[in-house]
Amino acid sequence: MTDATIPPAAVKIERPRSQWRDVWTQFRQHKGAMVALVLLILIALFVVVGPLIWRIDPNFIESDPVKMIRLRNKGPTWDHPLGTDQLGRDILARIMFGGRISLAVATVAMLVAIFIGTTVGVLAGYFRKVDGILMRLTDMFLALPLLPLLLVMMFLFRDAAAAVLGPSLGTFLLIVLAIGVTSWMHASRIVRGEVLALKEREFVLAARSIGTPSRRIILRHILPNVLSPVLVAATLGIASAIITESVLSFLGLGFPPDFPTWGRLLFDGVDAMRTYPDRVVWPGVAISLTVLCVNYIGDGLRDALDPRVRGR
Amino acid sequence: MLTFTLRRLLLAIPTLLLISAVIFFMVDFAPGSPMSDIPLTVPPEVRAKMMAAMGADKPVHIRYILWMKQFFWNEPLYGIDALLGTDFAQGAQRIISWQSKVPVFQLIGERLPQTLTVMGTAYLIGILIALPIGIYSAYRQYSWFDLAGTFFSTMGFSVPTFFTGNLLILIFAVKMGWFPTIYDTNLRVTDWDSFYRMAMQMALPVTVLALFNAAEISRYTRASVLENLNQDYVRTARAKGMTEKTVLLKHVLRNSLIPVVTIIALGLPTVFGGAIVTEQIFKINGIGAALIGAIHVSDLPVIQTITFIFAVLIVLFNLIADILYGILDPRIRYD
Repeated sequence: MTDATIPPAAVKIERPRSQWRDVWTQFRQHKGAMVALVLLILIALFVVVGPLIWRIDPNFIESDPVKMIRLRNKGPTWDHPLGTDQLGRDILARIMFGGRISLAVATVAMLVAIFIGTTVGVLAGYFRKVDGILMRLTDMFLALPLLPLLLVMMFLFRDAAAAVLGPSLGTFLLIVLAIGVTSWMHASRIVRGEVLALKEREFVLAARSIGTPSRRIILRHILPNVLSPVLVAATLGIASAIITESVLSFLGLGFPPDFPTWGRLLFDGVDAMRTYPDRVVWPGVAISLTVLCVNYIGDGLRDALDPRVRGR
Repeated sequence: MLTFTLRRLLLAIPTLLLISAVIFFMVDFAPGSPMSDIPLTVPPEVRAKMMAAMGADKPVHIRYILWMKQFFWNEPLYGIDALLGTDFAQGAQRIISWQSKVPVFQLIGERLPQTLTVMGTAYLIGILIALPIGIYSAYRQYSWFDLAGTFFSTMGFSVPTFFTGNLLILIFAVKMGWFPTIYDTNLRVTDWDSFYRMAMQMALPVTVLALFNAAEISRYTRASVLENLNQDYVRTARAKGMTEKTVLLKHVLRNSLIPVVTIIALGLPTVFGGAIVTEQIFKINGIGAALIGAIHVSDLPVIQTITFIFAVLIVLFNLIADILYGILDPRIRYD
């Protein structure tokens, strides 16, 4: 008779819970993902807000040669907590600025990939006519040797893009498009599978039977329901985009030298690795930590969004 | 099974044709064509002769068909000739590198052994590390070993190889001085001394790649063993009073290795292609280094051929993985 001991005032009707609140509750159970989320927010603050506080121009080179030579290759001091590089530029400022570009490239490239992937996946899953050809296209892209092809693309179009849009914007757009165009296939396969299953469900049938046009069925009924697998794919896509961008920069086919990204900083640091090992270590740690955090968050999200795991 | 294999083989042909077209035409639009490097003082008729000599004066679709013929007909003939000492090719035109004027396949033949030794060893060691870790992690799910193993594998594919490689060089080659930083391609293994030096110079690149491969494979192994541990047949086996060793190593392992084997087969092309970065770090004179070198001097035939060989390998191993899956798992026969 334990139920009777509860006073009536304590019995309250639980507020209806939204799906996203459930997801958040489940996500918080995953300790690794929570730590990763906090770390990632700190990294994002470091690169976004950091340059507003640490106001040294990352590309500032002392114009007076005597001063410039004195400023070169300095160890950690209060003026330059991570020291200066071979041209006397502040390494802390460069790492902050590089992080901005690396994260921006990764985010935009992921958005491009997810946009293409979702479009192809929804079209292939929903319209039977184009299914065959779109999936053959996906298979073909999966069979392409991506890294060699990305290198070739960068090499072929970098100068042309830089001539039209300027060196920084041109390279940015080219890298973002190149990474996006070569990494949408997994998203499209996942989305197609989900759409194929959703299409047969009663609510879609109901929508169709009252004469809803296909466009609105897709936008209102299908897309919201494929959101969760797309979210997971997007998170993991950011991680791989960061790595791809830094590989391109590391092989010397990414951003120009006065436009530092983490990969480019590492590439520049390798030449002086024996004397100044920290120039390789800092950007490397930044890349690794960011990707590790994003991967852990992706894992946590996957668990939180999976209704079979949720609530256990 | 046979019809399935044949159908997949036939399907692979249009895929390869399409990929070859994509690669050929994309590379052919290169602004860095060697034609633009001919000095302007060269008279036009000489320029035309130079272009004819390089085969660059014909329209692009003719060059594509010519390249396909060289790739799929002439080069295999030369391969047979080299193997059997015959003369089928009879001096047919080969794909020639613009930079070194050597047939591209000869170039690849010179570079391939280094790549295969280092990357093959790394892949093998990676598999050997990954399987026990994956199996034991799954068997003791959520134990400290599992947490450490999962962390290790997430680390493994989060930390890029160009960072681990340089870090290892920094620690073990620069600070400790144990291993050489640069791979000596001319080293021939003839006795114990040279074998020791070979092992020493292979240690760092193999470690980097093995860790990276092990991370991915152990993740798949863990997931697959976990899935099988919850199956009914495991409970049956335990109910029959079998020892845990038999249950795990005989019943569960055999079934859970099926997807792992296909993952290993699918990953094999990256043994050739994914090594580009590692070869660059350790200055290994392999096939990836050849590709990067060719890109920097815009040696189009070499770029096209190496990229297309990677594509052929990917299609081939996809096919092998599919067929292996059918052979290993009778539930998924495709007839």
